[in-house]
Amino acid sequence: MMTFQQIKNILNDKSPKSVEELAYRAAQTTRQYFGRAISLYGPLYLSNFCSSHCTYCGFNSHNKIQRMKLEPEEYRREMQFLHTQGIRNILMLTGESYKHTPVSYLKESALIASEYFQGIALEVCPMETSEYKELFAAGVDGITVYQETYDRARYAQVHLSGYKKDYDFRCATPLRAAQAGMRQVSLGILLGLSDVVNDVYALYQQLSELEKSFPGVEYGVSFPRLRTVKTASLATCDVDDVQFVKIIALTRLLFPRVAISLSTREAPKLRDHLLEIGITRISAGSNTSVGGYTLLEEKAQDPQFDIKDDRSVNQIVQLLKAKNFDPVFTDWRHIENSL
Amino acid sequence: MTDTPLVIAGKTFTSRFLLGTGKFKNKKDLSDSIIACGSQLVTVALRRIDLERHQENILEHIPSHITLLTNTSGARNAQEAVRIARLAKASGCGNWVKIEVINDSKYLLPDNHETIKATEILAAEGFVVLPYISPDLYTARALVKAGAATVMPLGSFIGSNQGLKTKEFIQVLINEIDLPIIVDAGIGAPSQAAEAMEMGADAVLANTAVATAQNSAVLARAFALAVEAGRMAYLSGLPPQQGIANASSPLTGFLYDDLPAN
Repeated sequence: MMTFQQIKNILNDKSPKSVEELAYRAAQTTRQYFGRAISLYGPLYLSNFCSSHCTYCGFNSHNKIQRMKLEPEEYRREMQFLHTQGIRNILMLTGESYKHTPVSYLKESALIASEYFQGIALEVCPMETSEYKELFAAGVDGITVYQETYDRARYAQVHLSGYKKDYDFRCATPLRAAQAGMRQVSLGILLGLSDVVNDVYALYQQLSELEKSFPGVEYGVSFPRLRTVKTASLATCDVDDVQFVKIIALTRLLFPRVAISLSTREAPKLRDHLLEIGITRISAGSNTSVGGYTLLEEKAQDPQFDIKDDRSVNQIVQLLKAKNFDPVFTDWRHIENSL
Repeated sequence: MTDTPLVIAGKTFTSRFLLGTGKFKNKKDLSDSIIACGSQLVTVALRRIDLERHQENILEHIPSHITLLTNTSGARNAQEAVRIARLAKASGCGNWVKIEVINDSKYLLPDNHETIKATEILAAEGFVVLPYISPDLYTARALVKAGAATVMPLGSFIGSNQGLKTKEFIQVLINEIDLPIIVDAGIGAPSQAAEAMEMGADAVLANTAVATAQNSAVLARAFALAVEAGRMAYLSGLPPQQGIANASSPLTGFLYDDLPAN
């Protein structure tokens, strides 16, 4: 592992030569470990009920938006739509509400999802190890949880109430998911919330510790940049494209086998270039509203964040092929999970 | 010079080069490479087979005369490997299975212990089992007992292109194990494949190097030729390498100092 100072020096050196060199090495590493395969997944928002007040999020409990939770017949329709688009790996998301989306609800949605998808991951409120075990047994293979920032003071400023206010419980979530047997655990920070170098370094440390403690887990990382929805900008540390590229490249060099995903928040041009450098997993045909695929008219939707890349699954596939990438829909075959 | 063909579980193969199918940039490169190298045994990860989508289904791009060797990539223990193998068979992928049990996503080293357990179960169920292992004599002996069809020791870290870092240990398996030894993982250049064959390995498997080459089909062909050349060299009774020049007898030459010259 690099020292904090080494990481700081690399990320703060914005000379075009250093950026290019770093990107070149990262691209070579990515090709060696992943070839030109890019995994595709589809996000499915099940509910936007949320008990947490996170000042940067469109779903936060204080925002006056239409609250919805999909019933089984509704999310089945959404799943069928994603399935017909070719999606085989699904990431199901909810707001942070145990009350509206308890483990029983998530288990049922996982069981129905297993009729359509080979890989099932959840991005929901942090849970106990025993609850993750139940979800694993119901067919969930992966857990995504973003710490958002490792800066405790800043964390407290932007997470004002609800489950998410508990920094330590959230920070230990990847560990609990790994303990429960999950195959994939994805971590992330919300770039722009706090000092970028501090956050990136802390994320690397956590990832290194997890790799040692639970080597059998396939880890993933993501670096969403702070975007706002119907609220004022909150970014304190804007991360420009140059620094963003360096973060992706450095992550690839330090963690050669870790999946790095990129969300639809990023503009197509940047997204396309980052595929060459280090991204190995992307969402496609994404809609970040509950019921956004088949149930709601676009104007009636309240997305969690605005999407900059609204290309369809088929468009993404054609683009990947045109750039000599192999779009991978199936990266896991669903088997019975047991510990 | 005549050679006996490679026989695995009673099936004869004239090619001693196995190709893996991961990491190719498109399906055409993959099928071109399979044809170019003449491989008759090709590995496919079950996790990458999409049976519902014909264009994207990797099996659609593998010629029908090729023997399919499904691997259990993603299995973290014997139980999962067994489930994946059974699922592969039920999905119509046949009963040839390469056991990969990897519980380390950083180094991707195989878990020999769990591999033995999975081999025992699957061989008893009638699968043709080709287990992938870190080269270790005791493991290999246990695999023979468990009913493995071959032993597949790694040359170096998977995908590393580093060649035969485990050469001495693989040589022990070649010397001691009466099953075909197929060197797998880390073989990054035809010269490395030839080296393994010169040592007496029965076959070589490569994937990353071919898949990530600028011209995959050409490199696949080069690998096949190197494997053939290495095999010929082995059969020729290749003279061993000498560590030092051997022109005189510096230690014992004095014994003959007083003998009359002819």
